[in-house]
Amino acid sequence: MAQARVGAGRSGDLIAKRDGWPFPRAPTLPYGTKEMERAVTVEHLRKTYRDIVAVDDVTLGIDTNEIYGIIGPNGSGKTTTVEILQGLRQPDAGAISVLGLDPWTQGEELRRRIGSQLQESALPDRIKVWEALDLFATAAGSHRRDWREAARQGGIYDRRNAAFANLSGGQRQRLFIALALVTDPVLVFLDEMTTGLDPAARRVAWDLIRAVREQGATILLVTHFMDEVEHLCDRVSVFQQGRIVVTDSPSGLVRKHSGGRTVRFSTIERDLGWLSRVPDVESFEMEGDHVVVRGTNAVLAHVGAALVGHGITPPDLRVDMPTLEDVYMGILKDNGA
Amino acid sequence: MRLLAKLSWVEAKLFLREPLALVFTFAFPFFMLIVLAGVFGNEIEADDEEFLRVWRGVGPTDYYAPAYVALVVASVGLIALPLRMATYRERGVLRRFRAAGFSLPAVIGAQVVVAIALVIFGSIGIACAARIFYGAMLPVAWPQSLAAYAIGLACFCAIGVALGAILPTARAAQGAGLILFFVMMMIGGAGPPRDVLTGAMRWLSDPLPFTHVVLILQGPWLGQGWDWSSFWIVIAFTVVAAAVSVRYFRWD
Repeated sequence: MAQARVGAGRSGDLIAKRDGWPFPRAPTLPYGTKEMERAVTVEHLRKTYRDIVAVDDVTLGIDTNEIYGIIGPNGSGKTTTVEILQGLRQPDAGAISVLGLDPWTQGEELRRRIGSQLQESALPDRIKVWEALDLFATAAGSHRRDWREAARQGGIYDRRNAAFANLSGGQRQRLFIALALVTDPVLVFLDEMTTGLDPAARRVAWDLIRAVREQGATILLVTHFMDEVEHLCDRVSVFQQGRIVVTDSPSGLVRKHSGGRTVRFSTIERDLGWLSRVPDVESFEMEGDHVVVRGTNAVLAHVGAALVGHGITPPDLRVDMPTLEDVYMGILKDNGA
Repeated sequence: MRLLAKLSWVEAKLFLREPLALVFTFAFPFFMLIVLAGVFGNEIEADDEEFLRVWRGVGPTDYYAPAYVALVVASVGLIALPLRMATYRERGVLRRFRAAGFSLPAVIGAQVVVAIALVIFGSIGIACAARIFYGAMLPVAWPQSLAAYAIGLACFCAIGVALGAILPTARAAQGAGLILFFVMMMIGGAGPPRDVLTGAMRWLSDPLPFTHVVLILQGPWLGQGWDWSSFWIVIAFTVVAAAVSVRYFRWD
């Protein structure tokens, strides 16, 4: 569904060059009403802690109503970048605009309009769920929603009278999401939102994020999980050692970085030299009865047709497609950690 | 303003749900006063010159009543406020508040509002207890006593926020706060009377803010006039502590 909303423009080739400003033209709004504006623009952002470079020349742009992912190993600069975008840290260099505001000098105004779920943050142990929601709604000023509504949306309403210390990990995350939504935000930052959630709870959180986007918000999602990117994000930037090594749609990443496919089957037939002449096949090898064919694109279809043509019908013919996870690990490896 | 009011209300409820802080603000000064008043009573030995000098010419419990009112003030400034702020910083609560658009004046203001409310509550309790159970004096000069009380309260709020700004962790805040609290209590005027302290103890006690808060409060309370030199020292502590708070406060 997310892909349907995205439209053709989003699948553009957005491999970020390190000095790659300006970006490809912003995609058009799904409803075709007006040109989409960018919710976030970052140019040549740099941040160092003493002599450690945390973020090194990061340039990115997030479209309004987009779900934008940031993924990367620990210490790759994801959280620092997101904290700078919220005005919680001062950048050393770079031009940043978030909702048209400068996060560092206009931070308080900005933070009333965004929703934020921070990594490694907490609430006082004895604060009750409803008190926290009510308080955060008050902080949002005129942008606030009724806390009950946000609590129901976050699935934490039933625990509204529980103290923070007595919530389970999953309930805490749900509360943080509800707190991010109680401000009726136009832009939501979610930093490792589903870490510590069980698989079912993660799905619930994903549905919630989609629902928030449907209401018109833009979402920046920092994550360790490629499946999260695959299910939610329109585009994703892979961070490594403080730099963006690639930015693309999840499907574009797989298409461009997946390398080949591997077709496997078993046969007692030994004379398979003709395989190398089948279209899209690059190489093959035999290990006893087991045959491994490497190739590209439609290699599975071509190999299947050729096998049938030669009277061979292996019951275990299958193809290994690289997952987004494989692609991600491959990108990290190629860029040399 | 709405946020400050709501945050203060929530913080007050949180404080009441936290037994340890309540002990130091309410139970401990009360307990100490009962022990000291029980030991020394409140009789004036009018023909004993040394007694008159040590107890400033009033009964021992008269002497201690303003000192223990001041101790309630100090307990919040030295223990409750820094501990709360350092804990919030260490656990990421301040970060969380900031990311949600809480302003610094609202966050600090709520802590100070709650501290003031608790202190007033505790002080009235101590003064009433000393009066009812031991017949201790109520303030002789009410306006000056209230002024001295307000100044002492401002001083320890500023010190509390400054300690909360400087001390990095809850553990550090608890350790430093308790040490400062007990040292100030024992040699600052809520333990043995100043007059019986040894030279070294008095030398240590002179630069403590608590000593001078006790002195500016005892003066008008016991009808012995305003202590200007202590007043200026308390003002100086307040200004320095406020400057330290502004300079060194960190959200994370």
